[in-house]
Amino acid sequence: MKRRTLLAGSTALLAIRPARATPAQVAALIHELVGDAPLTPGNMKLDLPVMVENGNTVGVTVSVDAPPGAVHSLHLYAEGNPLPEVMHFHFGPRAGVPRVQTRMRLATSQTVIAIARMRDGTFRQDSVDLLVTLAACID
Amino acid sequence: MVRVLLNVPRLVSKGKPFDVKLLISHPMESGQRRDAMGKAIPRQIINQLVCKLGDEEVFRMNLFPAIAANPFLVFSTIAEHSGALTITFTDDDGVVQTETALVEVV
Repeated sequence: MKRRTLLAGSTALLAIRPARATPAQVAALIHELVGDAPLTPGNMKLDLPVMVENGNTVGVTVSVDAPPGAVHSLHLYAEGNPLPEVMHFHFGPRAGVPRVQTRMRLATSQTVIAIARMRDGTFRQDSVDLLVTLAACID
Repeated sequence: MVRVLLNVPRLVSKGKPFDVKLLISHPMESGQRRDAMGKAIPRQIINQLVCKLGDEEVFRMNLFPAIAANPFLVFSTIAEHSGALTITFTDDDGVVQTETALVEVV
């Protein structure tokens, strides 16, 4: 009986832990964006450190090997964060070099995926597997 | 009103891309944290940001809780003539704030 109570208690504890996104969830989000178009790696770069000491602020740069105006939008996903979307960035007519730098949160060691949607309708992607020592989002 | 730093080069060349840096002092409360009493702290982030040069759009961005506190952004734009670079952002309470920097083309 005691063991049963303990088990029930630990299940409840698990339930209130912040949920993690799963790679399948991210794949579904990416499919929503890309549809059935092929997703080719290369010709773009997701720049993130492979070893992250503090997940609360991690510098990230996404750049595409293309002239100004050739990129429609950039999309960034973190597979291991409670909410996988990080940003959607749409270039306007006055956009310069297709490169964006910002700072993000990382909840755990995970894979981060960047997708570039080109004006010609093709898609490119790059991803980084990284290790996080101190996680964000949890006190 | 939150504090915003918008950094544009003093003079830019016509038709040549240049970088703009933006730093907004905002906690970007993710909605995932709990206070000392175990109560969830409600989400309060900047969720949309639009940048224009004159009246043409440079970019439009959707932000999520995974953007770190005090959002920092470096982006590139091209100016054909002098004008105002404006940043307009909206937070979860629907508060809209605009910042402007002058771009002088030589």
